Amino acid sequence: MSTITPEVVAAHSLTPDEYQKILALLGREPSLTELGIFSVMWSEHCSYKSSKVHLKKLPTRSQLVLLGPGENAGIIDIGHGYGIAFKIESHNHPSFIEPFEGAATGVGGILRDIFTMGARPIAVLDSIRFGPLDDPKTGARNRRILEGVVSGIAHYGNCFGVPTVGGECVFHKSYDGNPLVNVFALGVIPKDKIFFGRAEGIGNPVIYVGAKTGRDGIHGATMASDEFTEESKQKRPNVQMGDPFLEKLLLEACLEAMYTGAVVGIQDMGAAGLTCSTCEMGSRAGTGVEIDLQYVPQRETGMSPYEIMLSESQERMLLVADKGREQEIFDVFNKWGLDSATIGFVTDDGMLRVRDHGAIVAEIRNRDLADEAPIYDRPHTRPHRNVPMEAPAFASADLKADLIRLLASGDLCSKRWIYEQYDYMVRTNTLAGPGGDAAVVRVKETGTSVAMSLDGNGRYCYLDPREGAKLVVAEACRNVSTVGALPVAATNNLNFGNPQRPEIMAQLVEAIEGMAEACLHFETPITGGNVSLYNETLGEGILPTPVIGIVGLLPTQAPVPSRFRAAGRTVMLLGGVGATDEVHFGGTQYAHVLLGQMWGLPPALDMALEKRVQAAIREMVAAGVVDSAHDLSDGGFAVGLAEASFDGVGAAVTLPASALRPELLLFHEGPSRILLSTNSPEEVTKLADKHGVPAVAIGATVHGQVVIEGYLNATVEELHQPWANALESALHA
Amino acid sequence: MKAGVVVFPGSNCDHDAYYAVTQNVGAQAAFLWHQQAAIPGDIDVVILPGGFSYGDYLRCGAIAKFSPIIGAVKQFAAAGGIVMGFCNGFQILTESGLLPGALIRNTGLKFRCHPVDLRVETTQTPFTSLAEKGQILNIPIAHGEGCYTAEPHVLDQLEAEDRIVFRYVRNPNGSARDIAGICNAGRNVLGMMPHPERAADPLMGSTDGLVLFRSLLSVLAAK
Repeated sequence: MSTITPEVVAAHSLTPDEYQKILALLGREPSLTELGIFSVMWSEHCSYKSSKVHLKKLPTRSQLVLLGPGENAGIIDIGHGYGIAFKIESHNHPSFIEPFEGAATGVGGILRDIFTMGARPIAVLDSIRFGPLDDPKTGARNRRILEGVVSGIAHYGNCFGVPTVGGECVFHKSYDGNPLVNVFALGVIPKDKIFFGRAEGIGNPVIYVGAKTGRDGIHGATMASDEFTEESKQKRPNVQMGDPFLEKLLLEACLEAMYTGAVVGIQDMGAAGLTCSTCEMGSRAGTGVEIDLQYVPQRETGMSPYEIMLSESQERMLLVADKGREQEIFDVFNKWGLDSATIGFVTDDGMLRVRDHGAIVAEIRNRDLADEAPIYDRPHTRPHRNVPMEAPAFASADLKADLIRLLASGDLCSKRWIYEQYDYMVRTNTLAGPGGDAAVVRVKETGTSVAMSLDGNGRYCYLDPREGAKLVVAEACRNVSTVGALPVAATNNLNFGNPQRPEIMAQLVEAIEGMAEACLHFETPITGGNVSLYNETLGEGILPTPVIGIVGLLPTQAPVPSRFRAAGRTVMLLGGVGATDEVHFGGTQYAHVLLGQMWGLPPALDMALEKRVQAAIREMVAAGVVDSAHDLSDGGFAVGLAEASFDGVGAAVTLPASALRPELLLFHEGPSRILLSTNSPEEVTKLADKHGVPAVAIGATVHGQVVIEGYLNATVEELHQPWANALESALHA
Repeated sequence: MKAGVVVFPGSNCDHDAYYAVTQNVGAQAAFLWHQQAAIPGDIDVVILPGGFSYGDYLRCGAIAKFSPIIGAVKQFAAAGGIVMGFCNGFQILTESGLLPGALIRNTGLKFRCHPVDLRVETTQTPFTSLAEKGQILNIPIAHGEGCYTAEPHVLDQLEAEDRIVFRYVRNPNGSARDIAGICNAGRNVLGMMPHPERAADPLMGSTDGLVLFRSLLSVLAAK
């Protein structure tokens, strides 16, 4: 009797059609181990089966792109013989089930993706989203998840020795049962020493290195591709356990092994572990891989082939070495006290052949696993949306009180409580750490710097996925430009609900198309990324949340700061006061925090103007004519002005006459605007004119005060205190 | 001056110390592997860098003290050689008995990373000879276990013998008597939780850490 019943197939999250395809590819019934192997490789997480047809729309090339999507990380040329490898990846589902380990292994996974290429990681950023901390029902759980996630990121990054230099932390009730944990990492690599995950060279040994294999994380990739239900807590054993110390040793040993010249190809064992690394390395090289599980280092006894192949134990790598030079590799791993063992060899038949003490337990064509996963063009209708277009009646009674409430709100308040738990300075490269518009790290090897910004906005994308995605790209590029860097490349993390619902699939499709258009326009090709679907709990999906990571290059080492530095400087608004109306105000922080509502559309974006504003600020920074520059986004002008004042130097400004209502004028989130201070207003005007963008002088910096003539008058201290203390008080309420 | 920067498995500020010494101070440096049982003859200063030696398993620095290099460092120090331990290096020095006391979990129970103000409490050490007593240095901390603790009589003795080298202006971790750094009775071994190697480059926002290295240079030049 067959062991593969329809129930067993369903338990592996495979559809009956998918099972039929497996039967056709194999020409026979799979063994249970083979079924497990197919189920992880064909999971949404590994195969991108619902998103692949749309991901092809993203731009992936430019003159600077050395390596686009398809490998472990993309690589950009930064000149002087060096490149940077970077990518973002999600660990949403594990972080809900087990926040500390889930987030920690998220950091570990993305770091391995970077050093697998041969790059030494020099920066991590994270984009994290939670349900509200003050919700009477779920607040306590959300606080526990946040504390766990932050400790997990800190634990892993700090011990590994990579600085966590920035990111974002956002709250919305749709993330209540679905926190988002997206981690970005970037590393430096000599251009002539890039390694690939390819099993080249028939007869070459396949070597397993790093931690021993245990039973943890089995079916993690499949879990990451399911919705959450009441039973999800039982999936806790599916969450992997991380050891940053082992990963640090693995980093040093891998880089040293690569340096010997004996490494032919290398790939980390992340999602789907040994299964994914063997068949992908074989598939990319067009070769076969044969291994025998008896040689796999194991930390538990009695593990079945199924368990060994599907384990997601952390801190492991698979490499292919030059035949005859194995000992050089063993020597390096011995030096660092790590296991290394030859577990098989490269063959010419294109098969993944798994033996256990000689007996074949799985035999599948590599390409059937890696490239023949079903691809779905899932039906998509109109994006899900359940809010009105028209604005409700609202009026502000006290603009200063409103500003203070905004500054103390979850998304806008100081994240110091979080980032001081991260070692953001290790490696002594951090020129602009957490809290600014973009993080900047220097590259010691080249004498230049790299700026990075992560950005997402679920509310904008809910109101209009296409425009929202464009705004997200525009803002991340503006963040990078504001410190003086040229945006050159991107990586994206697409966090969405259940793609089998046509109105959710529509969100995904429109967001990808919007992102594609914007990335093409801003010349930031996407060199890799991650898709996280099924972010739903009990049928409730998250706001559509595409997160973009933009990387920019700074020809020098010193970025411009975001805060005012000295009194008596001219304050200018590059891009002008911007335009809005009530419909385009419905996605703002004002609507969210003060009115608790969402309506209408996200702010209108003029991509041509945006590009000119960014070019102008970059030229101003390069010419040294600005003292400080801060991009206006969440919370609008008033929030931006307050943030720029938090080193003690504020400003007294008069906005040009406007037909806009005060609430709209002060708090609208129209893009393409940068608040700057300067000693050379004429030079700023000249450069703004050159780029065809307005630059309005609105006042001067002053000590200790924030004054918007006719609207509000506050001391810096009055604004700073609530902003600085909000998160800590919310956590310890 | 040639500094030997010890590399334990899990050290992660080793490159930073090497960079500060060679690029910011303009001296020489070499890495010393933890399995080495002797300090090479051309090394003037041994630096135990920050990080998580041996994963900080058991207790911070508890396993590092058994490594061959620590035996060599003890001999080096006994012969008057200059030894500096920053962060995890300080923890290793207390664990190996080269300095008194212990470093335990911060009272806030969280890892903390930010610049702090330190007050120079004595200039009677080779590490602070060019500083001024009472001078304030802005140098970052980054640790979860930096709360210095010792028996009251040990603390009294440290004070009586002028061995408290740095105090925090605002105590970030609960350290007894605001202690941020101490030296041994021979005054040639320094342990401190803050990271002077992170305050050695103008681009990093502070160069206040350089005074330690420059003091060493002048003391060594006078030998």
